[in-house]
Amino acid sequence: MLEIRWHSRAGQGAVTGAKGLGDVVARTGKYVQAFAFYGSAKRGAAMTAYNRIDDEVILNHQKFMHPDYVLVIDPGLTYTADITAYEKEETKYIITTHLSKEELIESQPKLKGRDVYVVDCIQISLDTIGRAIPNTPMLGALMKVSGMFELDYFQKAMESVLSKFPQKIIDANMAAIERAYNSVK
Amino acid sequence: MAEKMELNEVEVWDGNMAASQAMRQAQIDVVAAYPITPSTPVVQNYGSFLANGYVDGEFVMVESEHAAMSGCVGAAAAGGRVATATSSQGFALMAEVLYQASGMRLPIVLVVVNRALAAPLNVNGDHSDMYLGRDSGWIQLDGFNPQEAYDLTLMAFKIGEDPEIRLPVMSHQDGFITSHTAENVRPLNDDEAYEFIGEYPMVNPMLDLSKPVTYGVQTEEDWHFEHKARQHHDLMTKVFGKVEEVFDAFEKKTGRKYNIVEKYMMDDADVAIIALGSTVETTIMVAEKMRKEQGIKAGVVAPRLFRPWPHEKIVEALSGVKAVACLDRSSPNGAFGALYNEVIGSVYQSDNHPVVTNYIYGLGGRDFTVEQAEEIYKELAANAEAGKPTTPLQQFVGLRGPKLSFY
Repeated sequence: MLEIRWHSRAGQGAVTGAKGLGDVVARTGKYVQAFAFYGSAKRGAAMTAYNRIDDEVILNHQKFMHPDYVLVIDPGLTYTADITAYEKEETKYIITTHLSKEELIESQPKLKGRDVYVVDCIQISLDTIGRAIPNTPMLGALMKVSGMFELDYFQKAMESVLSKFPQKIIDANMAAIERAYNSVK
Repeated sequence: MAEKMELNEVEVWDGNMAASQAMRQAQIDVVAAYPITPSTPVVQNYGSFLANGYVDGEFVMVESEHAAMSGCVGAAAAGGRVATATSSQGFALMAEVLYQASGMRLPIVLVVVNRALAAPLNVNGDHSDMYLGRDSGWIQLDGFNPQEAYDLTLMAFKIGEDPEIRLPVMSHQDGFITSHTAENVRPLNDDEAYEFIGEYPMVNPMLDLSKPVTYGVQTEEDWHFEHKARQHHDLMTKVFGKVEEVFDAFEKKTGRKYNIVEKYMMDDADVAIIALGSTVETTIMVAEKMRKEQGIKAGVVAPRLFRPWPHEKIVEALSGVKAVACLDRSSPNGAFGALYNEVIGSVYQSDNHPVVTNYIYGLGGRDFTVEQAEEIYKELAANAEAGKPTTPLQQFVGLRGPKLSFY
């Protein structure tokens, strides 16, 4: 069982990202779960979303998890949200930031000794999609770090998940995924 | 003519999408609805299907849930296939009209995305609204995940509309935990789904002007009792057989097997948790773990039908166990939990008299964790060993602060 926790602000697309990932993974015959804590969250409020991925039917409906991956798609949440909550030794962090990994860890010392990767999903989505929607670039970064799928395969699958959108938006998302895949460190 | 929707063999849908797709495939004549969290997307998705040409029927946006169910009653009496969706406060506002629908024997399908009842205000899932419906004369089906929400919503039409049954049906799923959790769902294609449910069998439609009929008459002491008795009789004697028939037909079509009372690892179980909703699945996983790691012969029992209450199947399911925990996700507010009371009422009439205890959990969406389920199984094992309760009869689990328990 692979477990993923997203840290996001409502409106940044973490739920869509988690569902998109689920959609892609389900096409490979695996079982998936994608859910979020909403409450009465308003746009901009800090929130978390989750994925579970397994080869067998997923029976576990508890919200609690020890994540294998923590994906932070809003740079500010590294400092204000409890992103290391319920971590395990092998938890990998992929964090949206304009800082280098060293600068990031210096600015948030609790990441010291953790398996941290950085990628600027905000800048990438601004450059490619034209809006700060950091979810699809984060998926590109996750593919690189996790080795879950090859870039080509993942892009093709995402294309069909996004098929209801205009071609221009699909192309922009593909570019965002590719740039994040190639720039995550 | 509505367009058909191309669906993948495996979709990743949350429970709301699953229910709204089942509604679309049922080719409903009238949906009258007023959205409320967490069932809003059911109505929203359905509205978007309609706007995009996938629905032929009428969609009436009304001013409240009371009006929504009233609209459904009118449309069903007129002679149409009718459905709507709601949750929590909306369900409570519908309550008056729920009794009208069942008393007039109108087979309306109501998707209920279970949510807590205020105060304090809470949009998250528990079973307060489901329990509120338990004396309303409706059939209550309970799904534990998005696939089951889809399957049971489809089957709800076929069960309730049967001319032998003619009763409204609620298709329940857990707010957020099921309704907003996307999982693999294998839908039927549009033709298969509609063919399975079949055309709406009209009975005494008010729009048949050649044969005038009256719905909702005043009866007083002269006939009220006979009507209520007949409705209760049909719930007690006709529904189980029909539900089994529909479950069997559905299994033949899809390979997915449903039972009036679901049993997991009960063949040799010493202890059992009985629960409703998504909790059932988490508990199955924990029962497997308890068997492997603790050597506790753990099982799970889950009523697929909450109403009518499957007394005989419950007695049979619990016939070999020594200790049972009844998990209630609703504040009983001055009593034992409703599920506990039902189970006690059933097992008292049985030859087997297990130790039965009550756990109140998960109110207002509080997480039901693997750890809580493990703890309950350990307490059950102790009860089974002692042959009597080793804990208070009613305990709250997952509650902050000092342990709360009674008796």
